[in-house]
Amino acid sequence: MILYWSLILALSMLLYVLLDGFDLGVGMLFGLTRDETRRRHMLAAVSPLWDGNETWLIVAGVVLWGAFSQAYSLLVSAFYVPVVLMLAGLVFRGVAFEFRGSARRTRAIWNVGFVVGSVVAAFMQGAMVGALVKGLPIVDGRFSGDVMTWCSSFSMLCGVALCAGYALLGASWVIKKCEADARDAAYRAIAPLLLVVLVLLIVLFFHALHENLAIMHRWLDRPYLFLVPLVALCAIAGTLTGVRRHRDNQPFLMIVVLFICAYAMLAISFWPYMVPFSLTIAQAAGPHTSLVFMFWGEGLFVYPLMLMYTVYSYNVFKGKVDLTSGHY
Amino acid sequence: MDTTALMLSRLQFAFTVSFHIIFPSFTIGLAAWLTVLEALYLITGRPTYRCVFDFWLKIFGIAFGMGVVSGIVLAFEFGTNWSELSRLSGPIQGPLLSYETFTAFMLEASFFGVLLFGKNRVKPGLYLFSTAMVALGTTLSAFWIMVNNSWMQYPVGYTIQNGVYVPDDWLKIIFSPVVWVRFPHMLLAAYVTGAFCVAATGAWYSLRGMCRAEARVMLRMGLFLAAILVPVQLLFGHLVGDYVHRYQPIKFAAIEARWHDEQLASEVLLAWPDAAHEKNDYAISVPVLGSLISSMTLDSKEVGLADFPRSERSPIVIPFFAFRVMVGCGLLMLLVAWGGTLLSLKERLLQRRALLWTVFLCFPLPFIATLTGWFTAEVGRQPWTVYGVLRTADAITPFLTPRAAAGSLLVFCVTYVFIFAFGTFYIYRLLKGGPTEDPLHTLPAASPSRPLSAAADLPSTVK
Ligand code: HDD
Ligand code: HEM
Ligand code: HEM
Repeated sequence: MILYWSLILALSMLLYVLLDGFDLGVGMLFGLTRDETRRRHMLAAVSPLWDGNETWLIVAGVVLWGAFSQAYSLLVSAFYVPVVLMLAGLVFRGVAFEFRGSARRTRAIWNVGFVVGSVVAAFMQGAMVGALVKGLPIVDGRFSGDVMTWCSSFSMLCGVALCAGYALLGASWVIKKCEADARDAAYRAIAPLLLVVLVLLIVLFFHALHENLAIMHRWLDRPYLFLVPLVALCAIAGTLTGVRRHRDNQPFLMIVVLFICAYAMLAISFWPYMVPFSLTIAQAAGPHTSLVFMFWGEGLFVYPLMLMYTVYSYNVFKGKVDLTSGHY
Repeated sequence: MDTTALMLSRLQFAFTVSFHIIFPSFTIGLAAWLTVLEALYLITGRPTYRCVFDFWLKIFGIAFGMGVVSGIVLAFEFGTNWSELSRLSGPIQGPLLSYETFTAFMLEASFFGVLLFGKNRVKPGLYLFSTAMVALGTTLSAFWIMVNNSWMQYPVGYTIQNGVYVPDDWLKIIFSPVVWVRFPHMLLAAYVTGAFCVAATGAWYSLRGMCRAEARVMLRMGLFLAAILVPVQLLFGHLVGDYVHRYQPIKFAAIEARWHDEQLASEVLLAWPDAAHEKNDYAISVPVLGSLISSMTLDSKEVGLADFPRSERSPIVIPFFAFRVMVGCGLLMLLVAWGGTLLSLKERLLQRRALLWTVFLCFPLPFIATLTGWFTAEVGRQPWTVYGVLRTADAITPFLTPRAAAGSLLVFCVTYVFIFAFGTFYIYRLLKGGPTEDPLHTLPAASPSRPLSAAADLPSTVK
């Protein structure tokens, strides 16, 4: 039961990162251009999907609470400030998306809201992951820090890195979905973004070495983990050839692989901890009665249905966006 | 734990959840009403029903979107501000909330798309089915959240292991007697809200002399529905009161502003409760009625607040007045709904401008009743978060500082006020424009997973 729910949780979070990642990324890239047609293309590439993407955040949130309430209460409260800011960013960005279309004189507000909301949400998510990697002060399974413990140079760097990563994902999505101008601009953005991400990762790596973070030992203890960066390198090479040969679908696929690598790297090095290195998955898990209750209804039936629905709605909107139909 | 942070967190929760409930209470009713309209259209084939349906669908879309956005915040607030609550009761509240997300999402997300997009793509029967499924989704959402909150009001089916509340009987939790009076009370509140909003819109159009056929349908259906539902709601209100009387005597005494035990209790209609001196000022009361209402007998003994130590008592002013406002709104609505229905049966309603104005101006009443109802229930539950088990002061995140709590409260206030202003403005513009027969507009250009995009049609409909 515990294993089942940790897999479901991991899957939901991964889906969230990949799906909302690209549309947060598009939100950030949106700020880099002033050209209205290009903007409209970019918006059209994510508009029909972002809401569904964001729901995976709630799914992950309630699975965490329902199945691993110890971890939920610890993490969400320890990350008070970033969670609140992330939520505000998401709310703002969510409505900005929609109100932008109907605003006339006030459109500028929503443009800014859209970009800033996306950046804030992405940055806070990265900072939370960073703080988690750095390690939270925990005594007897209780958080013993204060509301600003999450904030460190390491976590800030992680925030920036995740922003860059999402932007990368967003750019590759634009390539996949758009044509002409918007696509060409995105093609040009890939290489610099990739460079930024790699540099940031290297900086983070040395930062970690320098601070001697516990997670580093994990990697040394589990050498097979170094296979993951190898796959990542292949993905990077794949992205670059995709860009060079202008194969529109390839960069996105490769960057997704890259993200899965990064995610797997983290997940494997955390395992079996949920909050490294003080709360294991087994310790965080709720009582058997709760897990079973969730399993027989939502775990077994509703979750697969939700996956099917997600696939279905991506299917409906597949192919290049077309500005002439719809109201974009 | 810091008392300022506690105060601020309570304020923040009250603000965000009060903001949230405005939208569900509207959309739950509206979804059901849309289902009825679509069914009527299929049966009678009258185009007016279709036209009214299309019109309300757009408004539904915007309100639904705002409900979603504000709900996401709530789900995380349990963790940010009430981490002790979420740690201790997580094994019970977490699964319940996850059921809400999973079941309500599935139905709403899948069929909402069909509702907005698929009118020309699916068969009429399937379209009706989709509408009904969205309505079912919102109802399920309300159900799970009421189970959740009812467990906090009257915890059952659990044991305490290592301080954590471990469920041992889910059936007891879900079929708790409290759920089955509070859930209908909430659901009816939502239906009444929908009915009054629809009727008020109809009255508004009649006053402005526009869209006569549609206005008539809205007015008559809304009032007629309200005329049936409001009395049922009052009955369920009484049943809800019974549960409070049985399980939460302190809250009950606070609602009644009863300080001392009374045999042959009187009912305080209005007063200014004075907590310091444990008495009521300016009280207007009716003898014996108190016993009658509380226990259905003439000579029951009713307990007063003075029986309980001060540390156990809930605040009194808010539950006392909020309850009276709710009941007052209920009685007013009854009057308006019955009066309006009577006149409209005699076909005289449309000539009475004063009555049309009354119906129009009554649309805030159900919202006010819903909010004050929740204030009664939640403030009356204090000082407990889980009644009799976990005090609010022990439920809060232990290390939360007043600065952080004030900051987040500010962030939410600013964000919500901003969004609320724009959202209501768009709804207002849509309402003002009224339904159009224009076939161009019968296909809202919104996409399945984008409820708010209905707002984007505005420029084309409002000319
Ligand atoms: C599932 C749980 C749940 C549900 C459905 C609601 N509440 Fe609640 N409410 C809480 C769970 C809760 C809480 C987390 O338990 C709070 C925070 C502090 C407390 O003691 O209870 C609370 C506090 C709280 C307060 C402040 C009371 C005080 O601290 O003095 C108000 C005014 C409301 N709520 C109002 C509402 C409204 C308008 C709701 C309509 C949707 C609502 N509540 C639904
Ligand atoms: C504190 C309690 C509550 C929490 C934590 C909560 C949580 C949520 C969340 C996370 C959503 C977003 C779901 C989505 O994206 O579709 C939502 C929406 C919704 N909630 Fe709540 N909710 C609460 C109270 C209530 C109450 C009391 C009701 C009604 C009785 C209610 C009814 C709904 C409905 C119908 C929706 C769907 C969106 C809409 O129609 O506007 N909620 N809620
Ligand atoms: C004679 C009329 C009414 C009576 C006696 C009554 C009674 C009550 C009582 C005692 C509560 C507190 C329940 C608790 O503490 O858990 C309550 C809550 C509530 N009432 Fe009423 N009520 C009446 C009319 C209405 C009307 C007309 C509406 C809305 C249209 C309404 C909406 C609500 C809501 C939304 C709640 C909070 C949910 C809950 O606690 O169940 N009530 N009511």
